[in-house]
Amino acid sequence: MRLTVDRLHITLDHNPVLRDVSLEVRAGDIVGLVGPNGSGKSTLLRAVYRSLRPADGAVRVGEDDVWELSPRVAARRTAAVLQDAGGNTTGLTVAEVVALGRAPHHGLLGRDGPDDRDAVSGAIDRCGVRPFADRDYASLSGGERQRVLLARALAQDPQLLVLDELTNHLDIRARFELLDLIRATGVTTLAVLHDLDLAARLCDHLVVLSEGAVAAAGPVLEVLTPDLLAEVFGVRATTEEHADGVVRITYAARPLADGGETPATGTHSADDVVRRPGPGR
Amino acid sequence: MIVAISIGAVNVPVGDVWGVVLHHVTGAGTAPSDPTLDQIVWNFRTPRVVLAAVVGAGLAVTGAVLQTVVSNPLADPVVLGFSYGATLGAVLVITLGGGAALAGLGVSAAAFLGAVVAGALVFVLGQRRGRLAPVRLVLAGVAIGYVFLSATSYVQLHATPAELRTVMFWMLGSVAGAEWDQVPAVTVVVLVTTTLLTLFGRRLNVLLAGDESATALGVDVNRLRAVLLVLSALLTGTVIAVAGGIGFVGLMIPHLVRLTTGADHRRLLPLTALLGAVYLVLVDLLSRTLDRPNELPLGILTALLGAPFFLWLLRRNKGLD
Repeated sequence: MRLTVDRLHITLDHNPVLRDVSLEVRAGDIVGLVGPNGSGKSTLLRAVYRSLRPADGAVRVGEDDVWELSPRVAARRTAAVLQDAGGNTTGLTVAEVVALGRAPHHGLLGRDGPDDRDAVSGAIDRCGVRPFADRDYASLSGGERQRVLLARALAQDPQLLVLDELTNHLDIRARFELLDLIRATGVTTLAVLHDLDLAARLCDHLVVLSEGAVAAAGPVLEVLTPDLLAEVFGVRATTEEHADGVVRITYAARPLADGGETPATGTHSADDVVRRPGPGR
Repeated sequence: MIVAISIGAVNVPVGDVWGVVLHHVTGAGTAPSDPTLDQIVWNFRTPRVVLAAVVGAGLAVTGAVLQTVVSNPLADPVVLGFSYGATLGAVLVITLGGGAALAGLGVSAAAFLGAVVAGALVFVLGQRRGRLAPVRLVLAGVAIGYVFLSATSYVQLHATPAELRTVMFWMLGSVAGAEWDQVPAVTVVVLVTTTLLTLFGRRLNVLLAGDESATALGVDVNRLRAVLLVLSALLTGTVIAVAGGIGFVGLMIPHLVRLTTGADHRRLLPLTALLGAVYLVLVDLLSRTLDRPNELPLGILTALLGAPFFLWLLRRNKGLD
């Protein structure tokens, strides 16, 4: 199902966090949301999964504004895998965590039916977590947990997947496996990714956020230009598509000198501390 | 429960107990020939055992729910300040006696009111930007608890030794005063709230996933938390009002059940209620038999018996690290 973000404005504590952000994910596409820390990526996702109400603008999944749907109806369309990861799920088995995905399909009196069991079982198989389905979620490794959370999202039977840094802290093989899994679902996906190489590998399109606004959007190669990487991320880098179809980014040895984070080899910062005049005697 | 009813200062054969209870509940069978026996079994022991079961269930269920609501394994009615609110209410009435300000308010009613006031304060102070935040709730509860505790201590300074003794026994909890005119009401409150809370089981499970994930799973986290807190405060207030400040049950029983049968609330809450009930009936039985003819307050035994077992279970379980 198509996701349309239309002129979104979000303020947190009276500070504008997102300004006039518009983007679109066509049905079946995977779009990567990239940008430096604090550029508003996670905030944008929160508006999509109905956790943070925008000050202005609309988020539409299909034809409907998610903020005009009930929480439960919205959650039947959009599933999210977020950074709060498993939360405090000590004591729940993997299968029970996956079954949480069925919650939006039930009211207070709802009992699990065959539909629920099929959805949970199917999600468990698709994400390859069957071998540890009966283990305590808390006993799993990071990579296993992320697969379980993805299974939980798939058990929701969503039309749209929202992923926030799904591959953080995972080893490289686990990352690739997870990306393959996401591709295989065929579900429309908006994914926040820190690693630009991974973003380039996974996504059909990229949207670059910078200081709360869209800096660029489009196919990977058109977006990740040396100029944009310099301007938004403060790094010198080149991007090229290799023969195997994978886009690779090559970073220069040092970030740009005028970027926010200058190398710590500078002489003035340490000296300033030493020479700062103390309170007079 | 029948066995628990049969044991006491005067031991009554289990068969006779069954006969008496059956006669009163169903009207079947013949009335017992011995009126004293009937008096002991039906008017003293039975309400007491029923009350112990109901109070144990109520405390344990509140603990289980609160631990999830504030996502803190240490949470229980004591940590969230409910118990201290109830204590202040009770102590005020005990020491002021027929004080004009509290005229017409019994110890139970004052304790209930105290717990509800504490709950309301935690509710108000636990908010940030209109949202109930788990850490804030716990800290607010602890702080409010200390305030109520100070007030309670201050009131006790002005109490007579006899009043202090009453206060101490109230604070350590007892179901000795159980009477048929209060037991049915408390039972109904505990049954109804426990059933309601169990209906929220699936959503409580979702709450375990963390606030943001729970929101993405279609749960209105803030509203859920509010409803659960209100139900918990009412439940705690009701059981503490009739049985005093019995600690540890609310903290330990839910963990015991979690460690043995998992954290799915649809299973956890009924089992917690059951185990809480059994545990307090057992503790009450010991409290009136260990030191015959004297009675030990429940609060002394709940922790003394439960803690070692709990620690043993904790050692055996490796999933918590």
